[in-house]
Amino acid sequence: MARFLVRRVLLGALVLWLVSLVVFAIFFVDPAGPDALAHRLAGKNATVQMVAQVKHRLGLDQSVPVQYWHFLWGSSQQNGLLKGSLGYSFQNGVSVNSIVKQAFPITLSLAIGAAILWLAMGLLSGILSAVRPRTMLDRTFTGIALFFYSLPTFVLGSLLLLSLYYYLTKYAHLQWFPATGYVNFTDNPGDWARHLVLPWFTLAAVTAAAYTRLTRGSMLDVLGEDYIRTARAKGLPERRVVFRHALRAALTPVVTQFGIDLGTLVGGAIVTEKLFGLPGLGFTAINAIEGQDLPVILGITMLAATAIVVANLLVDVLYAVLDPRVRLH
Amino acid sequence: MTIGDIVSATPVSEEGPLGVGPEGAKKIEGRSPWRLAWERLRRDRAAMISFAVIILIALVAIFAPLFASITGHGVDTQYNTIGRTPDGLPVGPSGKFWLGTDDLGRDVLVRIAYGARISLFIGVVATAITVAIGTVMGLAAGYFGKIVDTVITRLIDIMLAIPFLLFAISLASIFQPSIKIVIIVLSIFSWSSVARIVRGQVLSIREREYVEAARAMGAGPWRIMFIDILPNVLAPLIVYTTLLIPVTIVAEATLSFLGVGVQAPTADWGQMIAESQNYYEVAWWFLVFPSLALLITTLAFNIFGDGVRDAFDPRADRLFG
Repeated sequence: MARFLVRRVLLGALVLWLVSLVVFAIFFVDPAGPDALAHRLAGKNATVQMVAQVKHRLGLDQSVPVQYWHFLWGSSQQNGLLKGSLGYSFQNGVSVNSIVKQAFPITLSLAIGAAILWLAMGLLSGILSAVRPRTMLDRTFTGIALFFYSLPTFVLGSLLLLSLYYYLTKYAHLQWFPATGYVNFTDNPGDWARHLVLPWFTLAAVTAAAYTRLTRGSMLDVLGEDYIRTARAKGLPERRVVFRHALRAALTPVVTQFGIDLGTLVGGAIVTEKLFGLPGLGFTAINAIEGQDLPVILGITMLAATAIVVANLLVDVLYAVLDPRVRLH
Repeated sequence: MTIGDIVSATPVSEEGPLGVGPEGAKKIEGRSPWRLAWERLRRDRAAMISFAVIILIALVAIFAPLFASITGHGVDTQYNTIGRTPDGLPVGPSGKFWLGTDDLGRDVLVRIAYGARISLFIGVVATAITVAIGTVMGLAAGYFGKIVDTVITRLIDIMLAIPFLLFAISLASIFQPSIKIVIIVLSIFSWSSVARIVRGQVLSIREREYVEAARAMGAGPWRIMFIDILPNVLAPLIVYTTLLIPVTIVAEATLSFLGVGVQAPTADWGQMIAESQNYYEVAWWFLVFPSLALLITTLAFNIFGDGVRDAFDPRADRLFG
């Protein structure tokens, strides 16, 4: 177990290092990159000197390996990635750490609510479908799942805004759901939830549909196994067979998927955050991209990649805990 | 699904006339797994209907100019007087504009028809490139093993660890977004999952006797990989490809929606939906009709993809479920 963990952590670190190389190279190796960037940041009417100044201040005049070293380890003025600093914004000099710290609770609020929602919806409908295959109930759930599975997030979000925000307000005069914005949980938990209901559902729907399909398939596989027949034959109540015997084994692929999906959410809620004006990590990243604020993009990308790698690692460990047949090596 | 499942799905055990009387006995004929899959697919009504819908969408895409000539509205033509209200807002569906107009007074129906071209083209081409790269990588990793396998597996790990949307947006912001860039970005990010599937299949196939026999007869690695192994990986590959097309179509629409995909004035569904964001309160048709076009397309591909999967992989849960 210990050897497995060490190996996996080292591999994860290697992957992250390579990701940082790739991401960095994309931005800085293109010869037109930094120059064009300095021009843009200095403004349209900037003189040659001003551009050079901007270039120097941002460290863009140094060679790429030196810049990468500064990004990774740090320079005399500032710490690098390995010392826990994600760098400083080109636009206003604010540390990326503090930007992330501000945006993270919002993404977390969105992610947790959505994850609970999709787990509940996906597992429940998937299990019910599998226990009563080919019934009306199964067909209904399967159909609904297929529908939401095919509905792109941004389409669902837009249609929810049109119907549940705009039409509900206009025709029924019910202001249940605000269109955009975020309220801190600590300020007003009720408002916090009201602002997040539509985003939660928007973010959760596609994944919930995928989980319905995954859970149903996995449950049906397990329910067809011999040990389930044995459990039934020895007279156990069906409820116990389904929940104690079948569900535990059927959950393994769902848990794997859940870890991966949760890890992806850190950088993957861009569409939902943009649509509903939630200033989380994705929203911040897309603004940074529009403003060519490379350190912010780099920082958030690295953070998101780390989340994915860590989630994968946790899933592998959890896998062994859930399923004793898995041997770690 | 493994190759073994498909291979073992021989006619006799699957649906052969075992236990059929003497008059049925002469019907025994060897049917290849491909033939069986095709017959199953043909009997799947939902899959066949969705296939017809896909053909219909393809026809709309091919004959998009026909929509322009029937309505008499060009795809990029802005009808400032008849296509917009006196306040400059989009006009609703009417005899003139069947599905209404957009914020610039352009015909939504004609633009949806032209948008089908982009969606299908990028969806199919990017998927094809993805599958081609993934197949070659997976074959190489699985067949050669050792250092080749390590390098490719590590590459796959990296690709899977990079947050797709974030990275795609950064890429598109550096290079001028265009159809070409969108296709490249989508292919770069999707091949890894194809490669993983192919690699897994190859690992089990390469130890089979017939591969050993081919090697003994002096076949080179390329011949073994593409002539001997590849055909046995095709079934899962086809299933995956069919299900990848709608994913790619959604990814393209999402990039265009975020403004880093297909650029104006090219008609594109994702972009139309993005443009409609500021107008949905006064022009629901501008949001709803492109959304429907996208939904119908992905739904048709997903139902068809499910049908193809069931046809190749008739597991108990699907047959009885």
